[in-house]
Amino acid sequence: MHVFLSLDWFLLIEKAILISIIIGISLIVAMYETWAERKVAAVIQDRRGPNRAGPGGIFQPLADGLKLFMKEEIVPNLSNKFLFILGPGIAMLTAMMTSAVVPWAGNIHAFGRDIPLQVADVNIGILYIFGVVSMGVYGVMIGGWASNNKFSLLAAIRGASQIISYELAMGLTLIAVLMLTGSLSLRTIVEQQLDHKYYVFYQPVGFIIFLVCAFAECNRTPFDLSEAESELNMGYHQEYSSMKLGFYLFAEYVNMFISSAVMATVFWGGYDIPFLNDAKFGQEHGQNLLAGLELLCLFLKIAFFIFFFIWVRWTIPRFRYDQLMNLGWKALIPLAILNMLVTGFVILFH
Amino acid sequence: MSATQFLFWFLSILALFSAIMMVVSKSPVHSVLWLIVVFFAISVHYVLLNAQFLAIVNLIVYAGAIMVLFLFVIMLMNLNAETEPLKNKWLKITGVIGGGALMLVLVAALKDADIRNRIAETNKGEIGLIHNLGMALFKEYVIPFEISSVLFLSAMVGTVVIGKKE
Repeated sequence: MHVFLSLDWFLLIEKAILISIIIGISLIVAMYETWAERKVAAVIQDRRGPNRAGPGGIFQPLADGLKLFMKEEIVPNLSNKFLFILGPGIAMLTAMMTSAVVPWAGNIHAFGRDIPLQVADVNIGILYIFGVVSMGVYGVMIGGWASNNKFSLLAAIRGASQIISYELAMGLTLIAVLMLTGSLSLRTIVEQQLDHKYYVFYQPVGFIIFLVCAFAECNRTPFDLSEAESELNMGYHQEYSSMKLGFYLFAEYVNMFISSAVMATVFWGGYDIPFLNDAKFGQEHGQNLLAGLELLCLFLKIAFFIFFFIWVRWTIPRFRYDQLMNLGWKALIPLAILNMLVTGFVILFH
Repeated sequence: MSATQFLFWFLSILALFSAIMMVVSKSPVHSVLWLIVVFFAISVHYVLLNAQFLAIVNLIVYAGAIMVLFLFVIMLMNLNAETEPLKNKWLKITGVIGGGALMLVLVAALKDADIRNRIAETNKGEIGLIHNLGMALFKEYVIPFEISSVLFLSAMVGTVVIGKKE
């Protein structure tokens, strides 16, 4: 009994509500990303896109989700049953866990408490995201291996080596940013940018490297080597059906959402409202209205990046595997190291 | 029992159980996965000691990078339980003797250690935070730190040389 009395119940309830809302929003955003993907693809290819379920095909994601649920669940006979089911679970879990350190807006004031719209403000914020992303590899690897299919295994190993290669360049760009911020906490990084000194203006090369690496980490075209249909049938989720396949596909869209949020937070000022003095506005019109607008602003930035992800997918064809590895190891990593050195020299002699 | 204590016991049991499962698992892939669970439990132990940086670095380096490479090798070599080579009886006996000797040395070394009077600082220690750790590494221990980084560099060069031979 004593364990339960010593806890701060208000904090627990507050965080539990916040976590459920964020997970709910992530799933809804992921659902409508699929819709947006098909609509944008349609515009680019001069078609109409989904337009049967609801006005403008707005209920299409619900229909797709229902279809995935109703499909037959197949577990291959010679697969490793437990790991086969664990794989998509890990993919989804790691996709969801990254959202914990993203600050969604400033504090709101309710029930006599200042509630920060962030699940955990840990002082290793960026590294936490990095750690969870590196765990995401296991979803792909375990799934591909447990299927007991040569194509799945090859695709899984391809995907995993792609992800760990591009993680290096990503980490090196983050080091350059951290030299400027002096802090790993995402909330501190956003607060430093509140007067419109966005880090993208100080780290343009870093931002571009980060963006390219984000595409590779999310397995998005032009780097979707792990699900290259023309070479490996369906890729690592070849043997999956029903909602287990759905989890893999959904995890990719959640990853896109979270990496858009991270890019907006680290490089584009996070929840800062452009062309507006946030602190002054908060004093004049109240803290809660400000937080609402900040949330809206962050989501607009995220929406732009998601659109960019989709735009690139329907514009640029897939890389070959050796091109992918050459780009990662021989172009991005040296460039990121150079960027880091230049940043260090400028800070030292400025 | 406070929440921290409860977590401590839970994590310790999890770490020990996973470590034993790692040793007794027939399939090497399962062993690697159990080892990842061990790293997780140890990382959360670091968090309990407020060493957040150590916790996340432990996850990124060991669970995120080294274990992935282990999995690569094992998956590509296709070491399933069925294809496992027959074990030599003498190999098992030497293994038991070697492990026993290691335990004897550890017990002898730790017997006189002053552990009982030291209390772990939970939730308030500062040494594991990134700022303090960086200060300690680059001020007090800068020479060992640089020497070990040269060691890493030589290992990297060695890998490239071996890879180029073919």
